[in-house]
Amino acid sequence: MARAASTSQKIAWTVVAWAVAFVIFFPILYTVITSFKTEPEAIAGINLIPSGTLKSYIDVQTQRDYWRPFTNSVIISLGSTLLALLIAVPAAWSMAFSPTRRTKDILMWMLSTKMMPAAAVLVPIYLLFRDFGLLDSRIGLTLMLTLINLPIVVWMLYTYFREIPGEILEAARMDGASLWNEIIHVLTPMAVPGIASTMLLNIILAWNEAFWTIRLTTTNAAPLTAFIASFSSPQGLFWAKLSAASTMAIAPILIMGWFSQRQLVRGLTFGAVK
Amino acid sequence: MLRRNDESMLTSRLSFEHLPKAEAIARSPFKGGYQMTLKSLMLGACSTLALASVAQAQSTTLTIATVNNGDMIRMQSLTDDFTSKNPDIQLQWVTLEENVLRERVTTDIATKGGQYDVMTIGNYEVPIWAKQGWLLPLDNLGDNYKVDDLLPSIRSGLTYEGKLYAAPFYGESAMIMYRTDLFEKAGLTMPEDPSWEFIADAARKITDRDNNISGICLRGKAGWGENMAFLTALTNSFGGRWFDENWQPQFDQPEWKEALQFYVDLMKDAGPSGASSNGFNENLTLFQQGQCGMWMDATVAASFVSDPDNSTVADKVGYAIFPSKEGVDNNGNWLWSWNLAVPAGSSKAEAAQKFIAWATSQEYTELVADKEGWAAVPPGTRTSLYENEEYLKEPFAQPTLNAIQAANITEPSVKPVPYTGGQFVAIPEFQGLGTTVGQLFSAALAGQSSVDDALAQAQQVSVREMTRAGYIK
Amino acid sequence: MATRQTRTLARFMMAPSVLLLLVWMIVPLAMTLWFSFQNYNLLNPANVSWAGFFNYQYFYTDPAFFQAIWNTLLIVGGVLLITVVGGTFLALLLDQPMFGQGIVRILVISPFFVMPPVAALIWKNMIMHPGYGVFASITRFFGGTPIDWFAQYPLFSIILIVAWQWLPFATLIFLTSLQSLDGEQKEAAEMDGAGLVARFWYLTLPHMSRAITVVILIQTIFLLGVYAEILVTTNGGPGYASTNLPFLIYRTALLNYDVGGASAGGVIAIILANIVALFIMRAVGKNLDR
Repeated sequence: MARAASTSQKIAWTVVAWAVAFVIFFPILYTVITSFKTEPEAIAGINLIPSGTLKSYIDVQTQRDYWRPFTNSVIISLGSTLLALLIAVPAAWSMAFSPTRRTKDILMWMLSTKMMPAAAVLVPIYLLFRDFGLLDSRIGLTLMLTLINLPIVVWMLYTYFREIPGEILEAARMDGASLWNEIIHVLTPMAVPGIASTMLLNIILAWNEAFWTIRLTTTNAAPLTAFIASFSSPQGLFWAKLSAASTMAIAPILIMGWFSQRQLVRGLTFGAVK
Repeated sequence: MLRRNDESMLTSRLSFEHLPKAEAIARSPFKGGYQMTLKSLMLGACSTLALASVAQAQSTTLTIATVNNGDMIRMQSLTDDFTSKNPDIQLQWVTLEENVLRERVTTDIATKGGQYDVMTIGNYEVPIWAKQGWLLPLDNLGDNYKVDDLLPSIRSGLTYEGKLYAAPFYGESAMIMYRTDLFEKAGLTMPEDPSWEFIADAARKITDRDNNISGICLRGKAGWGENMAFLTALTNSFGGRWFDENWQPQFDQPEWKEALQFYVDLMKDAGPSGASSNGFNENLTLFQQGQCGMWMDATVAASFVSDPDNSTVADKVGYAIFPSKEGVDNNGNWLWSWNLAVPAGSSKAEAAQKFIAWATSQEYTELVADKEGWAAVPPGTRTSLYENEEYLKEPFAQPTLNAIQAANITEPSVKPVPYTGGQFVAIPEFQGLGTTVGQLFSAALAGQSSVDDALAQAQQVSVREMTRAGYIK
Repeated sequence: MATRQTRTLARFMMAPSVLLLLVWMIVPLAMTLWFSFQNYNLLNPANVSWAGFFNYQYFYTDPAFFQAIWNTLLIVGGVLLITVVGGTFLALLLDQPMFGQGIVRILVISPFFVMPPVAALIWKNMIMHPGYGVFASITRFFGGTPIDWFAQYPLFSIILIVAWQWLPFATLIFLTSLQSLDGEQKEAAEMDGAGLVARFWYLTLPHMSRAITVVILIQTIFLLGVYAEILVTTNGGPGYASTNLPFLIYRTALLNYDVGGASAGGVIAIILANIVALFIMRAVGKNLDR
């Protein structure tokens, strides 16, 4: 009744929402448009219709191969996410279902590890990486990103798991389910959405991490953040080239985000829907 | 491109050659990498160490860190010439933006991380690093390498205690680039040795706000290699200096006050909008778009502003030597070179020197000229280049040489100084101090603080920093 | 349900992550603490000596120190304000019936996927550039003089860029929260004749309080460490106008290569971050336990 909005109302909301969305999306849109312009065109003022040249993309690809950093980005963000989940799921699980008095403190302390300013610990970490032979290795970078994002992962999973009612566990136990059965058949299906969105968020964070990924790599493990760092301010006109490189760097994660946004939303609640 | 990628995958430092099917894994970058991560998870960190030490293949792979400017990128596309002559050496490039590059190589060399075999560094770093014993003296460049052909002023900046520690890839000084058409229109002629007084007057005359033309474009973006490079050279030409013989900062002296006031006033009257965010590249863009009457900056810019593909004013550019204040015999002494060096203790020193000899040789310039024309040749390193008739046809060739030859970084100011360096001070502390002072001066340019305040604060931070570092006793 | 067995199991399952984080936290922290009491400049490694509290004193007396702390808080506060208020309105808007809701939502959340240095580069060169930027073109179209954003409003410009990146995050969480609001309650309130504002104030906002807490908490952690955007755009200037604590530490560590000083700065930053976190937990943390 009252919720059934009239068509005219719906059209009005549509116009407003699209306008707002356009403004927010505009910087990205404009970057993509600029990447199809020639360099002189790119700085000639607002012009939403590019000449459609692919020159910038070709230039970028000739100057620096895209696929290796792309592959590294994929491996590192996926690897660190899986590793983080592997460690965090059991931890969050036990925190949610067998909380102790200190659970909250442990959680807060975990989060506070994220507040260490990266630049201050660069030299200690660099020395450690050097001694363990991890500089410029995907393994080292994967470990690094795992550790950086672990607190957020544990916290997200914890808040999500806490939403799962304990009674279901009790019921399963009454039916004589073993602990293992309980986890596999009862809890996992309920936890999957939360784990999925945690995973997505973590992939995004890992993909976009731009301090350690540049400082701890040279060639073999360098991901797309390092790829971008080689285009940021060279000599001469570079707007179109920079746009092309930026588009190439953000496109994969943007597309992944678009396709998975429903899953992302479902678990991004941080237990906030209660 | 693809082929090179595959090769470098094969010879990557962390290869798994002793594992079964290692080759197949390594050939496909995606699969190989994925497997590597999985394997590593199982093997753990300890075995990683063992693996890393196994991997030396029979051919040598050089990891070369370079800055992302045009000349360096061109070199990367021409390396087939080197690898065909040296089939046992493979090249891997790390191309980074200047500031990130400097940060990376400095961290690595100071912690002995050993990530790079050849490093691109400025003439700022060379004497500092050589003194620390971090660089290998380049004494094995081959018999064909004509060391004496290097321009003396450039070479002296790369020499420490009589030994050459880096080979120059390109060199630059600073000069005036100006629009001949605008000068003509305003009835002005650029004198042989222009004074700042003339420049200021001309800049104000040319300025035409209605047509979006600023009389003068100068660096304003904070940074030791951005606005402070220009302002240090400017103050040199005003007779000032950073430190006196006792390392006492000189921002409380009249020369700095005069120079900074001159700069701020001039930019207010005749500079472009947003000047305090403009660095080299922003000004280059403005000039190429015909929005600047004059620009004083690195000589290397000349080849960009005279390139008809990217510059709308390519045929209307004149060049002149960096100005000086009337009565002061000093043209700024700006001198910069990007150089290739080898870290001390490198296990691939021989191959690295071979590469450096190739990249900085006369033959390399001829190779570039052959492929892309003389205008694209990296300038400012060799006398022979400036004796080449073909090259001298480029309008900027002679002015560039004049500017480089006029620069003397051992005596940057008419007053005595305890340091070397023209548009910088060759002490380790300068990067940080120069950037802080640059921030303060860009605030003065943006009108957020007065010239006097900026200078007083600059003096304060400099005294503090120099006392801490132990220069001021 | 917490039998002894499950509790032991719980400890066992928690152990790896706690242990890892412990090592991760302790080792660099211990090294940082150690270095913070050393005279250690990377460019002068021969000259390492015990410094006592000198590094702390030196960092704390830096002319930019207090402004940096103030700027850090301004960035956190400014971005939180924009994202929480803006995110609430956006969530309310996206919750309305409309055509193409899915696409609108995709467009709105997109900035979250852009890596910080790229976002800063885009805004600096394409949007806010006084010569070629979109803002400048618009201003000129209306006959005004383009604003030189990074010189005149450096901190505001940075806040704007960072807020743009975090707005989607807030919007998403608020939207999920909104959509879980009981439809019947809304209708009941409508029937009672409660106006739009009253309904928002007494029904929607209390319902969202938990989501708002979460957004504030998570964002604060990330916002205290903002530095890439500053490095790309203003380099901390003009003056110290956009220097925040992470940037100050960055400058000490990677321009001065003063490892001792940067370590001291790092310790100070951790202490400050914990104070802020404590303050926030005091202020809004109780929402989490409901």
